[in-house]
Amino acid sequence: MSELSEYRKREQSITLEPLDEPLIAPVDEEESSQELLTLNMGPHHPATHGVLRLLVTLQGEVVRDIKPVIGYVHTGIEKTAEDKSYWKVIPVVERMDYLAYYFNAMAFCGAVETLLEVQVPPRAQYLRVIHMELNRIMSHLVWLGTSALDLGAISMFWYCFREREAILDLFEMSSGQRMHTRYFQVGGVIEDIPKGFTEKLRKFTKIMPTRADQYGDLLNKNEIVLQRLRGTCPLDAETLLSFGVTGPLLRAAGNPWDLRKAAPYCSYGDFDFKIPVGTVGDNYDRFAVRLAEIYESVKIIDQALEGLPEGPYITEDRKVALPPRHELATSMEALIHHFKLVTEGFRVPPGEVYHPIESPRGELGCFVRSDGSSKPARVHMRDPSFVNLQSFSRMAEGSYIADLIATLAMLDPILGGIDR
Amino acid sequence: MPDATGLELIAQELREAEGLGEGVVLETLFFRERATLTIDPTLILPVLEQLRGKGYAFMSSLHGVDYYPHEPRLGVHYELLDMERVDRITVKLRVPSDVPEVDSVTDAWPTANHQEREVYDMFGVVFKGHPDLRRILMPEDYEGHPQRRDFPIGGEPVLFTHNESDRIGARR
Repeated sequence: MSELSEYRKREQSITLEPLDEPLIAPVDEEESSQELLTLNMGPHHPATHGVLRLLVTLQGEVVRDIKPVIGYVHTGIEKTAEDKSYWKVIPVVERMDYLAYYFNAMAFCGAVETLLEVQVPPRAQYLRVIHMELNRIMSHLVWLGTSALDLGAISMFWYCFREREAILDLFEMSSGQRMHTRYFQVGGVIEDIPKGFTEKLRKFTKIMPTRADQYGDLLNKNEIVLQRLRGTCPLDAETLLSFGVTGPLLRAAGNPWDLRKAAPYCSYGDFDFKIPVGTVGDNYDRFAVRLAEIYESVKIIDQALEGLPEGPYITEDRKVALPPRHELATSMEALIHHFKLVTEGFRVPPGEVYHPIESPRGELGCFVRSDGSSKPARVHMRDPSFVNLQSFSRMAEGSYIADLIATLAMLDPILGGIDR
Repeated sequence: MPDATGLELIAQELREAEGLGEGVVLETLFFRERATLTIDPTLILPVLEQLRGKGYAFMSSLHGVDYYPHEPRLGVHYELLDMERVDRITVKLRVPSDVPEVDSVTDAWPTANHQEREVYDMFGVVFKGHPDLRRILMPEDYEGHPQRRDFPIGGEPVLFTHNESDRIGARR
């Protein structure tokens, strides 16, 4: 034994004899690289954007299989909706995909309006478009901020949430709520936009493209972001279609399918906008398509503001929409309508309707079955996150676990929508 | 959307198709500009394959419905989409609640995987040939199918401090 140093003497340090046999068997390189490890990721993993649990089978650092386990935030919204009159269903369905509440309300209201054969006045349609496109920008901003956070870019998160705050302020101005606004009603919207809303919105649409430019500069010229996104986990359009994937994920693979263009609803046909598409469908394309969509949404909002028609903001059909407040004091009929609507709600002719719209994540379809009463007999939301999640294991198989995180971020699943 | 005549033509083509026979289409319905075929539940796979050949190559949604108290009680709806012509058609089938069985379409339409699991979870429709038919939204040990119309709302007792003594085995 070598001579102990002053320090070791003072510390009364001891020296262990070497063992005859090593405690841990030496690792056989060949064998260990073939071994499969099943790892539980989530449900409370920060990179899963909600309570998503992934059973990941790994071979070394390479992903071999992913099994998503969902249902942790299942709240039975579809069941709850069956116990409420039609106009009281709107606030519950809004809470499904909590980043796209205007879209949830639109899908449901659209389905009920189709069953009722109610015409929505043009002004209401334009107001709906304005709010839906603001919502799309807001949803993409949250996606961009949190995804960049997953890739290690913390400052993006603050920038994105700054603009999101401006949008939420606008929502608060028009409806009184920042989230789950209940602004869309069957037959139109609950209230006209208040004084000053247009100016505030113009200010926002003026600044938003420049801000989006900044985001693009920050990320598109960032070597780390590019290396983590470019060429990772691509999936071709044909496979995506077989999995039922729609929205930005499909468009990133080069298929320009967008319901706003293909089957215009809510007067989307009036506006001039483009559908951004990608080329190879890798993570970078998914990122680029969503970023480009922000500009297009701003364009739509500007046109809708410019051409905002005058007229009623909700249908004049008193059997469906509440009468204006001032009529209640003078008109007996208005009072009766108001009483009937508030107590029982309106009755919907029996039938079944599936109403699809384009949400920030793809085709959001609402299926409503009416049995002729004032409560729906079935409400089902075809949520794009729920369907898109199935393609995730195909995307990430064979790539590194770090790419799995990036792919999940680019998939943009919202667990509130998946579990409903 | 195919119009009412187009829908009848599709129905006629299905009836004349090889291996399907006269009884394949039980009902055609053109309602609010939407075309619906109600078909024999045993023939779901060949019918969807025929429609795929006609261009309806994208399954946008698969969901369940409970027609309680009418029999056959449980319904499964397949929303098909033709992206080229921007055309939708709904295929519906109904199975009785005592033998709620229908062939799984997962092999031909991978998108149906999670959605069939959801219908099984919520309505108890058994999809024969599904690779992994387990509950998806409810806990694995859950009993019953909550989206059925006769399943009570709020039937699940929630444990708070004020009703803690009701718990089995609680001694206070």
